[in-house]
Amino acid sequence: MRGVNLEVGDREIHSIIGANGAGKSTLAYTLMGLQGYEHEEGSLIFNGEDVTKLSITERARKGITLAWQEPARFEGLRVRDYLAIGAKANGGITEEGLKEALRKVDLKPEKYLDREVGEALSGGERKRIELASIITMKPKLAILDEPDSGIDVVSLKEIVALIRTLKENGSSVLVITHREEIAAASDKASLMCEGSILRSGDPLEISEFFKNRCIPCDNRVSPPKAA
Amino acid sequence: MTQITVNTLSSEIENMDAAYSAAGGDAAVLHKHELASLVVSGNKVLNANGTEGIVLERQETEHGVDIKMTIKKGYKIPLPVHLCFGLIPEDGLQEIKMNFVAEEDSAVELIAHCTFPNAVKVIHRMDAQMLIGKNASLKYTETHFHGPHGGIQVIPKAHVRIEEGGSYYTNFSLISGRVGYLEFDYSVDAEKDAICEMVTKVYGKKDDKIKILEKISLNGENARSVIKSRLAITDNAESEFRGITEGHAPRARGHVDCMEVIQGNARAEAVPIVRVDNPLAKVTHEAAIGCVDKKEVETLMARGLEEDDAIDVIVKGMLA
Repeated sequence: MRGVNLEVGDREIHSIIGANGAGKSTLAYTLMGLQGYEHEEGSLIFNGEDVTKLSITERARKGITLAWQEPARFEGLRVRDYLAIGAKANGGITEEGLKEALRKVDLKPEKYLDREVGEALSGGERKRIELASIITMKPKLAILDEPDSGIDVVSLKEIVALIRTLKENGSSVLVITHREEIAAASDKASLMCEGSILRSGDPLEISEFFKNRCIPCDNRVSPPKAA
Repeated sequence: MTQITVNTLSSEIENMDAAYSAAGGDAAVLHKHELASLVVSGNKVLNANGTEGIVLERQETEHGVDIKMTIKKGYKIPLPVHLCFGLIPEDGLQEIKMNFVAEEDSAVELIAHCTFPNAVKVIHRMDAQMLIGKNASLKYTETHFHGPHGGIQVIPKAHVRIEEGGSYYTNFSLISGRVGYLEFDYSVDAEKDAICEMVTKVYGKKDDKIKILEKISLNGENARSVIKSRLAITDNAESEFRGITEGHAPRARGHVDCMEVIQGNARAEAVPIVRVDNPLAKVTHEAAIGCVDKKEVETLMARGLEEDDAIDVIVKGMLA
């Protein structure tokens, strides 16, 4: 990545749009401080504090978290225990809180709470559990890497509602997406190309720009016709 | 109804209750007359309580106890039978010989805790012969606790025969405390329509040594089996796993699944072996040895756990 200047406001939903390979997930991993995605230059300021050198755990305890595009499997770990981990920093969670988190991602608590995260759940189900774990954590900044992938179109509305709920609960949300519906629900959007932020602004304008200017330009998205 | 109450020193009972609890059991179940139970400390039977449908015979020997347990034909024992074997002193030898028979159409669940909380120089041997009769079912859960010192050799050996339509589920778990030296050797012969599932979960630390040999011979038509092994080893621990499944009959189906997580200077070896001599049988296997999954660790760190705590959660989840 280079030339990435990005500001996410308090309780702002900010979409990152861009073609495959533009660096959107790399940006998410860098913000979370994952191994192999450390800063070489530049800085990350969170709530006025430089967190550039902090570890993943330290960033999480400051209130930053990440929902992966392809969630981990966690053999043997029950859904209730997974959801409770994120809530520890906030003084724990009640049984009703766990159930409510599952309901918000359209999963029946009585069916899922005592199942294993990795136990033959579909990709969509694991994705919803990943999002539920963000709800129980109540982060200040939730980074969602393509929360819509692996989830059917009908459920897009629920994802949008979930993102809004996170905002209402006090979180800023940085959401990486290809979906216009999610971008449209954002307060602001930024367009990434080849590791840089091309422009930031009104989500509908950014989305239109991406559709009309980027997609025809980018052969990774729209391969050129053979001569 | 067979009910035998053996008078013995109350302090021994208290010690075994404490040891049973240390192994993860609820000692109260050992004193409920409506539940069948057997408690053996060293070579003494502290408690032997049968219920209707169970014939329990025991004979104290120089270093242990010979046990014969029979589940009578047609009896479905509604509540689990609790077994506790252990040795309280720091050193000693315990040899358990068990002859278990589940007669035709019977069903029972055995919950065993083997506990050696103070072991510094202890040897525990178990030699079991199990017969699961026609359409009978045995579920056998065995949890071990060997204390913090690692000064123990545990050598359980069993041969199980499952007759037509019978089923055998076993879950061996040694997760808390040290392992010491474990040499686990179970073999199963499965006849027509028999079902067998064997699960072992062990967490080795420091200089623990773990050897697991599990063998299932699918001798009868349509016999089915799974061997599932989950091992985690850290520090300088070593593990060897051999999971053998043989398919000898039409439509026999078997699978061997071994996953080992290693950390530190630990060394692991996993060898799944499949042998098939019937063209209509099918046996598959998978084995993986590696470090803890990086994405799982980073996910839990992104929820606020320190790296070591994240690894602990993942390993315990895998062994749960």
